[in-house]
Amino acid sequence: MPLAAILPLLLTAQPWEKGKHGGRLIVAQKAESKTLNPVLAIDAPSREAIRLLHADLISINRHTLRTEPALAESWTVSADGRQYRLKLRRGVHFSDGHPFDADDVVFTFQVYTDPKTAAPQRDLLQIAGKPVSARKVDTHTVVLELAGPYAAAERIFDGIAMLPRHLLEADYKAGRIAQVWNLATAPEKIAGLGPFRFAQYKPGEAIVLERNSHYWKKDDSGAPLPYLDEIQLRPLGAEDAQVLRFTSGGVDVLNRISARSMDALGKETAARQDIHLEDLGGGLESNFLFFNLNPATATHRAIFQNADFRRAVSAAIDREAIVRLVFGGKATPLWTHVTPANAHWVNRSLPRPAKSLDTARALMRKAGLTTNAQGRLCTANGKPLEFTILAASSSQERPQMATLVAGDLRELGIGVQVVTLELRALVDRVLNTKDYDACVLGIGGGDADPNPEMNVWLSSGSMHLWHPAQDKPATPWEAELDSLMREQMVTLDAAKRKRLFDRVQQIEWEQAPVIALASPNILVAARRRLGNFRPAILDPYTLWNAERLYWRSPK
Amino acid sequence: MSTRRWSLVLLAAVHLALAAAGYLAPYDPAEQHRAWPNVPPVRPHLFDASGTFAGPFVYGLTPLGNWGGYKEDPAKRYPIHFLTQGRLWAAGPDAPAFLLGTDELGRDQLSRLLHGGRISLAAGLLAAALSILCGISLGMLAGYREGLAQTLILRGAELSLALPWLYFLLGVRATLPLALQPESTFLLLSAAIGCIGWARPAVLACAATRVARHRDWVRVAQSFGASRMHILRRHILPELLPIALAQAVILIPRYVLAEVTLSYLGLGIHDPGVSWGTMLAAARQLPVLVSEWWLALPCAAVAIVFQVYQFAARAWEDRAFGYTEGNAGRPDRSVAVGGHTSAAPHSPTMGEG
Repeated sequence: MPLAAILPLLLTAQPWEKGKHGGRLIVAQKAESKTLNPVLAIDAPSREAIRLLHADLISINRHTLRTEPALAESWTVSADGRQYRLKLRRGVHFSDGHPFDADDVVFTFQVYTDPKTAAPQRDLLQIAGKPVSARKVDTHTVVLELAGPYAAAERIFDGIAMLPRHLLEADYKAGRIAQVWNLATAPEKIAGLGPFRFAQYKPGEAIVLERNSHYWKKDDSGAPLPYLDEIQLRPLGAEDAQVLRFTSGGVDVLNRISARSMDALGKETAARQDIHLEDLGGGLESNFLFFNLNPATATHRAIFQNADFRRAVSAAIDREAIVRLVFGGKATPLWTHVTPANAHWVNRSLPRPAKSLDTARALMRKAGLTTNAQGRLCTANGKPLEFTILAASSSQERPQMATLVAGDLRELGIGVQVVTLELRALVDRVLNTKDYDACVLGIGGGDADPNPEMNVWLSSGSMHLWHPAQDKPATPWEAELDSLMREQMVTLDAAKRKRLFDRVQQIEWEQAPVIALASPNILVAARRRLGNFRPAILDPYTLWNAERLYWRSPK
Repeated sequence: MSTRRWSLVLLAAVHLALAAAGYLAPYDPAEQHRAWPNVPPVRPHLFDASGTFAGPFVYGLTPLGNWGGYKEDPAKRYPIHFLTQGRLWAAGPDAPAFLLGTDELGRDQLSRLLHGGRISLAAGLLAAALSILCGISLGMLAGYREGLAQTLILRGAELSLALPWLYFLLGVRATLPLALQPESTFLLLSAAIGCIGWARPAVLACAATRVARHRDWVRVAQSFGASRMHILRRHILPELLPIALAQAVILIPRYVLAEVTLSYLGLGIHDPGVSWGTMLAAARQLPVLVSEWWLALPCAAVAIVFQVYQFAARAWEDRAFGYTEGNAGRPDRSVAVGGHTSAAPHSPTMGEG
């Protein structure tokens, strides 16, 4: 059994340390949070802050990747999978002291699923085209009704913050809910069920969160959580600035850093005992190359439609070089987008061949390409094959991966240019104007379950990167992908879901709509004296157990 | 040798070196030596470990882990050969003869510096030529015609001077197709940069033309019925040539910097092409800059180009105002401007006693 599967179980088997109360934790963020309103937040810094202020009904344990009770202490599922009956914890209060009950749950689902609110959670809570509805049975029992069966439905409730009806109902009815709970809001007007409460906003400097004295979780000895008095979220910009502050003592936790920064930190702090660097191994993120398979684009892109061509490109790529040169060895080569760290879902029967130019040339010949006297690969009309690969300029790694791929393809005689673009402009080209040849992008990290990827694998999906938002599947293999993904989404039998998703990965391997490259390791850093620091491969990597973090010794 | 001569020698040397990049560079600039990423500058040797002369050679390198650096392997020696494979020097395909190190993908920095400099400098030269051609032409027209033409051209120049050039460049670049052939990218980039700099030459040319058109020989030519074109070409334009040359030595390094900036931002030359800007983009991260300092060498190259042109500009200024060696600050009586001198006979000229 691979280490990636065993390690989380070993970690959760370890009991939590009994912590000491007190102290302040300073966390670096790339940018400042824009809002504290769960109904509005789509940027990562805002979501990070909101996770600390609020709680959900069911959580995904970041180590086991399985669901566990949170505000719902238990639940039952009907035989058809369409009804979840949740028993809520008793004696739970919001940070302002107001009791939490079923009315808050019903209110929360009403707000999130209201089309007028346009909450980012709304898409997540749509099953079979209809929103999940909540019905109160008694003060501590709710029933969630789904329009159709949905495999592992309880996973969608992770991160869905429960909203206080007593504070927000009036604003919701007045149509003002999107305007409340911004950074200028007085702290006493914001209440949540999370381990911390909003205390202060220092513009451009920090968001200060203080302990929530009404937090419902206790440690194993019955002592109240969280241990920390305060968490400060500091927007420090680029990773270089965060690392500098960390080494100088201005920041206590780096949530995720690149392999380059990790290497530099390791060298600099080799003699220091106060810094702990951790390489968690492979994560769930995958980086891949894909071609523009939209029809009716430029004629030089016709060859991209040929699966033999795409497989040839995949065969020509030196993934070991990408892992070594781009990530300093701190990454895993990939042949499908499901990473080995996703131990439950990865299809281990698929081949993982090393780079082979002979295989690539044979496939290119099969695709109808010929080599001219200058050694250039030419299409059927005799023109040398040339195309560009787009990569986001904000990432240091993706342009490097694209350049290595370009170098591999030049060995085959294909002319490749690498063009970097700002991320939003790149996504616009891929999803809207569709004016590109090929692109290197990355996805994943949100959840191990395949269901959040429906939008990528369904041909009608807006994130079906290579040919989005199709009216009907353009190819038989995409039709099969649609059928498989829809079936696994509503199959409650775990083993059958696995078989269905294995077949999805096999089609991905055969047709190569995305050519997986590498998955970077999850690399984090913290002060060594921070107790219960157990980072995970699922976001939020370091603060998912913020209520249990504590200082073993004062600064 | 006088400063002016030195500056010309240096200018010529830099340009020749970059023009001969294909001959001087030991490797293809896009070639990835994947076994040798992040190699620091390699020292060539003449004598082996026992002190025996062994000709120019480099030792093999043993990597010390990912990003861990390298150490020389005395057991492996790779001789350097001259005038081979169409290059000035080379050391064989397996030899780590990277005199200025390699980048993160194992590409030789010396080869990229030479080839990239050729692109950056050529873009600067082409853009400056375009700016000066447009500027001088429009300035001459404005200065000679006066009236509405002058008003429009001078107001347009003022507007152009007021625009922040970088944002203007970004805007112009945004209108161009994203992915072009390297040659097309180079030409369009040069044209875009050249478009922003016409204003200053135009204003200077306009002022000089307004003075020149009142000169005696111009009036005499007019009275003899010389056409406007004849007067502009034979009598006005020679007076503007010093302005053009002076602007050239000022604008070229600035346009080199503009091309470097655009390429650094990903809006100029793309891989597999190389320019100093794309090289500097690899050194963006602080850990990279600290541990692989050689990736910042294009900064030194840009500084050298600037300094060489600065010397040339200074030397030109001295000549234009008649300053001689050891006579700085005191104007010489011969004022050689525009080929028409108002000098008294027997006036000493630059460099003479």
